[in-house]
Amino acid sequence: MRLLAHELRNQQRLFWRSRESAVFTFAMPLALLGLLGAVYGDREIDGVDGASYLLAGMLGYGIVATAFAGLAIHLVIRRESGVLKRVRGTPLPAAAYLAAVILSTLLVIALQTGAQLLIGRFAIGADLSVAGGGFAVAVLLGTLSFAALGLALTAAVRSGEGSSAVVTAVYLPMVFVSGAFFSVERLPGFLEAIAGVLPLTYLLEFLRGSLVDGEGIGSAWTPIGVLLLWAALGIAVALRTFRWEPRSA
Amino acid sequence: MSAIEVRGLRRSYGQREVLHGLDFDVEPGEVFALLGPNGAGKTTTVEILEGYRERDGGRVTVLGEDPGVAGTGFRARIGIVLQSSAVYPSLTVSETLELFAGYYPRPRDPGEVVRLVGLEEERDARVRILSGGQLRRLDLGLALVGDPELLFLDEPTTGFDPAARRRAWDTILGLRELGKTVLLTTHYMEEAQRLADRLAILRDGRLVATGTPQELLSANGTVEIRFRRGGEDVVLRTDEPTRVLHELTREALAAGDELDELEVRRPTLEDVYLELTREEGT
Ligand SMILES: Nc1ncnc2c1ncn2[C@@H]1O[C@H](COP(=O)(O)OP(=O)(O)OP(=O)(O)O)[C@@H](O)[C@H]1O
Ligand SMILES: [Mg+2]
Repeated sequence: MRLLAHELRNQQRLFWRSRESAVFTFAMPLALLGLLGAVYGDREIDGVDGASYLLAGMLGYGIVATAFAGLAIHLVIRRESGVLKRVRGTPLPAAAYLAAVILSTLLVIALQTGAQLLIGRFAIGADLSVAGGGFAVAVLLGTLSFAALGLALTAAVRSGEGSSAVVTAVYLPMVFVSGAFFSVERLPGFLEAIAGVLPLTYLLEFLRGSLVDGEGIGSAWTPIGVLLLWAALGIAVALRTFRWEPRSA
Repeated sequence: MSAIEVRGLRRSYGQREVLHGLDFDVEPGEVFALLGPNGAGKTTTVEILEGYRERDGGRVTVLGEDPGVAGTGFRARIGIVLQSSAVYPSLTVSETLELFAGYYPRPRDPGEVVRLVGLEEERDARVRILSGGQLRRLDLGLALVGDPELLFLDEPTTGFDPAARRRAWDTILGLRELGKTVLLTTHYMEEAQRLADRLAILRDGRLVATGTPQELLSANGTVEIRFRRGGEDVVLRTDEPTRVLHELTREALAAGDELDELEVRRPTLEDVYLELTREEGT
């Protein structure tokens, strides 16, 4: 426990000192919410007010950017530079290190969620009807699933320099296809089929349900099930493929 | 019990075997140096002992445990300088040492370690801006900060300036005084001679010599006598330098010759090393 707290403090310090994480994974979703909300907030999207639609979308986008993309990029860079190998040679248990990384991500996302809700409610006037329990589960489960997938993704990236490009190529299309930025009613058939299995699609459904329609966990078994499946897949792959030493060595 | 016991250690990368059955022991409280040309297998050996790499054969015991399966308790008792690794660039020197100190059950005072490796002036500098040698010193500090019983130092002073190297030698000798065991690799013969109680020379994955520096010198240490006569260099090697020299000078005196550029040399560790690691046919 002491080790976990020690490492969690360190991971927080590292996150906020990195300009990329502070700007791109923390500030960017907030800025986009303000911006898109100002433009589309008054329209109706998919039967709800634009501001609410975008709030849920940017929450999902923020979770993916932080827990999936940011986590994977940072871990690949640390692995390739040899930091992870150095840490692995100390008595800090591997599980404590990864738990600290994930908890740190969760903390960032909690902060961001608070900020998103404030912007959504007061800056762009989202018309919310929040089911607190369902919403908390949505954020938590979304974060953990995407963190597991982020850990799994690190094995697919071979170099620190390439990590940003590869990870972006995976997550940005998902963000669009799943409908974080705009409604996906009118997607071509094959994209709709892809969207139908992507975890973000279900996270967004869960977030919208609990945030806009006031639906509790009871009406979210489908998204919960799908997210758990993706989480299980991520954990299974990560357990087999996660590496602490540079791949390029 | 030995601190490190290695028997028949083998390791292959793909089809290529790079360690062909090593045997050696490192006793507690001893500084042991592993020498050998680039690619001889030093890092491979050291990283197997640290628990980073797997072995394909043989028996390895480090502090009574098999490093291949040992856990956090084992890692609390060892300190490591890897041949190449890194730390977080956005932390300062002090923050890095404090971070690592926090991983160990009974760490040294990070402030004291900063002084020990001579980074007082860089204490609050981000790791990102350190020079290569300063980074390497921080690396050594990180190996020390957990106050381990056994240190693995893979080329710990590569990139050090001469003053920093002396200081590192003093630190390592200080560790021996505290009863710590040290396994180090180096390409600097002076370093090996200064620090090592015993050393082993590795060539192409085989040990070609093990012993104290003195033993290696006497076992391979014929004295060299060089001079010029009639425009030609003459080199004599002998185990009886007194007699040979006496005869040479007597003959020269009798003939009224001068032995130009006369030189009597004891081989250095470097000579012995070069001799033992020479490729066949060169
Ligand atoms: N991960 C690896 N994959 C394949 N071959 C490797 C790997 N690591 C080392 N080797 C090979 O094994 C041999 C021994 O390498 P090692 O790094 O142990 O040598 P070394 O004695 O430490 O050399 P140096 O003095 O240059 O550090 C070399 O021929 C090297 O090419
Ligand atoms: Mg090496």
